[in-house]
Amino acid sequence: MEDKDLQLQEKKELQTKAESTRDVPVFVPAVDIYESESALTVVADMPGVSADSLDIDLDNDQLTIRGTAATQESEGSVLLQEYSVGDYYRQFTLSDAIDRSKIEATMKDGVLKVVLPKAEAARPRKITVRT
Amino acid sequence: MAVIRYRNPFGFPNPFQELARVQREMDRLFSQIMGRGPGVAASGVFPALNVTEDADRITVTAELPGIKAEDLDISVVGKTLTLRGERKPDVAENVSYHRRERMAGKFQKAMTLPYEVNAEGVEAECKNGVLKLVLPKAEHAKPRKISIKAD
Repeated sequence: MEDKDLQLQEKKELQTKAESTRDVPVFVPAVDIYESESALTVVADMPGVSADSLDIDLDNDQLTIRGTAATQESEGSVLLQEYSVGDYYRQFTLSDAIDRSKIEATMKDGVLKVVLPKAEAARPRKITVRT
Repeated sequence: MAVIRYRNPFGFPNPFQELARVQREMDRLFSQIMGRGPGVAASGVFPALNVTEDADRITVTAELPGIKAEDLDISVVGKTLTLRGERKPDVAENVSYHRRERMAGKFQKAMTLPYEVNAEGVEAECKNGVLKLVLPKAEHAKPRKISIKAD
C-alpha cells in the first residue's frame, strides 16, 4: 500500500435534476466512511473549500455535505486545464442513531472529517464547522 | 487439444486498445460540445494541473487535498517543473470501512514550461488543499515592448 502510486481520479460530476443557480460544475467528493464501536466517521476530499464555505446538515437520518470552492480568478490566458473548479455535494442516509449534540466537524488541507458519535436521538440540528 | 494461434479478427493491433481510443475520442468530443472545457486530465497523471500565464509569470495550480507541505517536493530545473510527493493513507484502527474512495500513494509529475523561469523567485502556497505555484518568467523570456519611431 505504501509503495503504490497515486492514481489520478477524475472528478465525478453530480447528476441531478435540480439545477444550481450558479453556473459552476458540482462534484461528488470522494469519501472514506468508517465505523467504530462508538462513532461513524466521514472523511471527504474537498480541495478549495474553506471551513466557512462549508455546510453540513443532519436532518432526521440524512447527512448532507455541501461545499463551495473559492473560484480562482483567472490570471491571464489558460495554457493547460486538467481539472475544473466547482462545488461539492453529497448526501448519505445514516442507519445508526447519532448523538446530535456531540457531532464534530473539522476541515484541514481541503479534507473534511465529520465524527458522528452513536446514540439515541432524533432532533434535527445544524452542525457548526470548526477550523 | 489443438493449439490455435490467436489471430486478431479485427485487423487492428489490439481491439481493446482501439476501443479505448474510440472512447477517449468520444469523451473529448462530448466535453467540447458540453462547453465545460477539457475537464479531463490530458496526461492522466496525478495531480491534475491548471496552468495559466500572463505577461510576466506562469501560475500552476493543483488540487492536493490532505497532502502536507512537508510531503511535497517541488523543483524547477531549466524549463522542467517537477512535483513529487506522497499522500499518506490515514488508516484508523479497530474500525470497519463502509467506503474507501480516497486514494493514497506516491506521485511524481513533470511538465515542460513554455518559458524559462526565474527559479529563485518561485513562490508556492498551499491553501485548503490547493497548491498554487507562481513562477516568474526569466528576464529574457518576458515580452518586450517595441516602440515605433515616427517621423
